[in-house]
Amino acid sequence: MIELTINGTRHRIDGDPAEPLLYVLRDDLGLYAAKFGCGLGQCGSCTVLVDGKPAQSCITPIAALEDRVVMTIEGLGSARTPGPVQQAFIDEQAAQCGYCIPGMIARAEALLRADPRPSEAAMRDAMRPSLCRCGTHMRILRAVRRAAVAMGGGIVDPAEPVS
Amino acid sequence: MSGVARRDLLRGGGLVVLFALAGTGVGQEGGTSGGGEGTGAPPEVAPELPGSLAEFPHLDAWIRIAPDGAATVFTGKAELGQGIGMALLQIAADELDLPLERVSLVTADTARTPDEGITSGSQSLQNSGTAIANAAANVRYLLAERAAQLFRVAAQTLTTTNGIVRARDGRQASYGELAASLSLHVEARPDVRRKRVDARDHIGRDRPRRDIPPKLTGAAAYVQDMRMPGMLHARVIRGPAEGTRLTAPDFDAIARLPGIAQVVRVGDFAAMLGPREWPLVQAMLAVGRVPWARDDTPLPQGDLREAIRNLPTEPEVILARDAVTLPAVRRITARYDRPYLMHGAIGPSCAVALWKDGAMTVWTHSQGVYPLRSALAELLDLPLERIRCIHREGAGCYGHNGADDVAADAALAARAVPGRPVKLTWTREQEHGWEPLGPAMVTELSAALDANGHIAEWTHAVWSNTHSTRPSQAGDLLAGLEVGRGFAPSPPRAIPQPNGGGDRNAIPLYTLPRATITNMFVPQMPVRVSALRGLGAHMNVFAIESMIDELAMAAGGDPVAFRLRHLSDPRAIAVIRTLADRFGWARQKSERWRGQGFAFARYKNSGAYCAVAIDLRVEPETGKTTVLRADAAVDAGETVSPDGLRNQIEGGIVQSISWTAHEEVRFDTARRTAFDWSSYPILRFDAAPQRMAVHVIDRPGQPFLGAGEASQGPAAAAFANALARATRQRLRSMPLNAERIRIALDGFGTR
Repeated sequence: MIELTINGTRHRIDGDPAEPLLYVLRDDLGLYAAKFGCGLGQCGSCTVLVDGKPAQSCITPIAALEDRVVMTIEGLGSARTPGPVQQAFIDEQAAQCGYCIPGMIARAEALLRADPRPSEAAMRDAMRPSLCRCGTHMRILRAVRRAAVAMGGGIVDPAEPVS
Repeated sequence: MSGVARRDLLRGGGLVVLFALAGTGVGQEGGTSGGGEGTGAPPEVAPELPGSLAEFPHLDAWIRIAPDGAATVFTGKAELGQGIGMALLQIAADELDLPLERVSLVTADTARTPDEGITSGSQSLQNSGTAIANAAANVRYLLAERAAQLFRVAAQTLTTTNGIVRARDGRQASYGELAASLSLHVEARPDVRRKRVDARDHIGRDRPRRDIPPKLTGAAAYVQDMRMPGMLHARVIRGPAEGTRLTAPDFDAIARLPGIAQVVRVGDFAAMLGPREWPLVQAMLAVGRVPWARDDTPLPQGDLREAIRNLPTEPEVILARDAVTLPAVRRITARYDRPYLMHGAIGPSCAVALWKDGAMTVWTHSQGVYPLRSALAELLDLPLERIRCIHREGAGCYGHNGADDVAADAALAARAVPGRPVKLTWTREQEHGWEPLGPAMVTELSAALDANGHIAEWTHAVWSNTHSTRPSQAGDLLAGLEVGRGFAPSPPRAIPQPNGGGDRNAIPLYTLPRATITNMFVPQMPVRVSALRGLGAHMNVFAIESMIDELAMAAGGDPVAFRLRHLSDPRAIAVIRTLADRFGWARQKSERWRGQGFAFARYKNSGAYCAVAIDLRVEPETGKTTVLRADAAVDAGETVSPDGLRNQIEGGIVQSISWTAHEEVRFDTARRTAFDWSSYPILRFDAAPQRMAVHVIDRPGQPFLGAGEASQGPAAAAFANALARATRQRLRSMPLNAERIRIALDGFGTR
């Protein structure tokens, strides 16, 4: 029996302690934002926040998450009341197929918590582990910049102005 | 009526106008669904009607009005992440004169929507958008005509606003009540005019996509997120890559693994089912240890591009012009080529299938639910009417990936467990290993300048396999080749001009009085290939636009001016001029290790016009490139969603830079060796351009021109041209990556 705190709710998981968090989220808890992309920790589609830091849930066993605070992007807001990072992505229409975007949002959230006024290089560095195949990179970066401004931080060296 | 009031009426209200002249609907050819890919759409039954109305002329195939006045719009096209759903809604709301929120959309579903073939070839707005626009205009006219009967006035005196028909005397009727006494099962008339351009509320304006907020907050938005009562998860068991199979797998041992409910076998097809995913993931590790062997003919040795260049061809001259020109004084001959490329969906292919009461339902991210249904019918030995394929979004596909194959895998697995839905998901390694690749291609060009610096002669030959093996029968599906019933793939075929496959965009838009362009179609396929975004346009535009720059340099002129000198199409000229102006082309100065490149094409010579300019820097010690800026100008005819169009062009540029500068599928003697993102790296955030701007040239009232694939070719060539200016070395073999750049620089002693 493993106790997990996810989006502020405690869950008792009676399963394999080696099972990666992603399958627990999707199979047992009905939390679909984190996506299966590779199962190898290479693409970032499954990214969630663990103690505020980005973690690839496809390779993070639940046994490693006891006494940790897990947040998925369901915990950041809803379609009706999106969180500030989600709202910035909506405002920038920063999605094509959108499959990678929940992972992007989790990563951006972690970045802005740690560094509310990130440099362009810090932003790209933070987002680098996440892959997007539609080529939405420019919009994703615009959304991160917009979120940084909206959340009271800002941006250091705007390569592109926030639209 | 005062002038002001009349203007208000026209603008806000949408006066109902019927023209008795034929051909006043938006002129856009019907037919050719799917850009020539696949087996084609149903026959045209009403060729006088525009877009897909030619195949499905009845209004209720496209639009239905509920008693409360809300409209449901039906499209045979699929949302692939390109934003087509919102664009179609904008068109429908405008032409119906309904608030956007009262219009909903049903996409590709064999039980509900018209058969619009395959969602490919950048034709969704051209075919479906045009059909919906004109169907909606017809519906609005019928509703007004019905009101005219009730009010005993002429229809032309009525106006419509927000779902209400109004007479001049103030009487009004809602769409809901009018529709209740009206059949929409009537054919569209070609003479109903669409709303005036200046009376439109949504077309040409940015409307936020409806699908984005749920996708960004955790709603079950994709087929991968579907969950149904009693659903089983499944994985398919096959060799590690296309052309291989497992040798003597112990299925009994696999079935005994924990969490495996059942192993389904049909001939050599095998899948394992279980109630939870994690045990299946673990079982796949065991499957990965089963010995395998190549069961296809051996792969050619060395670079497979050479194999494609040397295999037997079925040549076809697609352009032959032999006007008399001034003598050639300077000739350039060059070969340009590209490796096999991967679609590389971020979410591996997935489908849900349910076999119940003798009928099969498949939820699929296939781009062609109707052709898939035909292939499944043969595979499952069922009549068409017993199979329903419903499109559900997956991760972006960019062409024919594993979507159809996994749908067949899921259907075969589901047939073994009647009444229980089965969600079958490929692993990352299976997606990389089995997806049909974008074909490797070789082009050989020779061009000559006359003494005035004009192109006097031009030849272009392109070697390629087919660019579509999309399924139409069981043998086109991986599972079809495994079930042991003698199914074979459809014979490979070239996609004919004007769309073209390997020869897509092989005919330049430039003025070429003497030219020979040949499609060297290679039927024999060493590797499984199919449609990748843009088909041959990526390679051909890369080659043509590289050669144009080489000629411009030889002529000693500016490459943009050189292009303009060889163009007569005013819209092509406008796109190039706009970009050159906005990019500040004339002010650009190439420094050592920094250069700017320009390229242009009109997709398929019938779709959107697109020019791309790139400014990049090269680090000579490493060969690493940094794209400082990538800008584009695009004319997609009437623009429905300017931001949606920019999104497509931006994405196309980034994706094309990834293909062109970073990607190559490698092989050993037995199989492709790209099996994950470390063995097939794609562009990440650090390599994305530092800045990008897309300039939209809107053409209100003009036909829609497909834009989804328009920037792939120009972006590739603009990168190559910028690199050539930065390094003084012309690289003609993709990928134009750091390794090749370093070798080119070393070879010329520039370090």
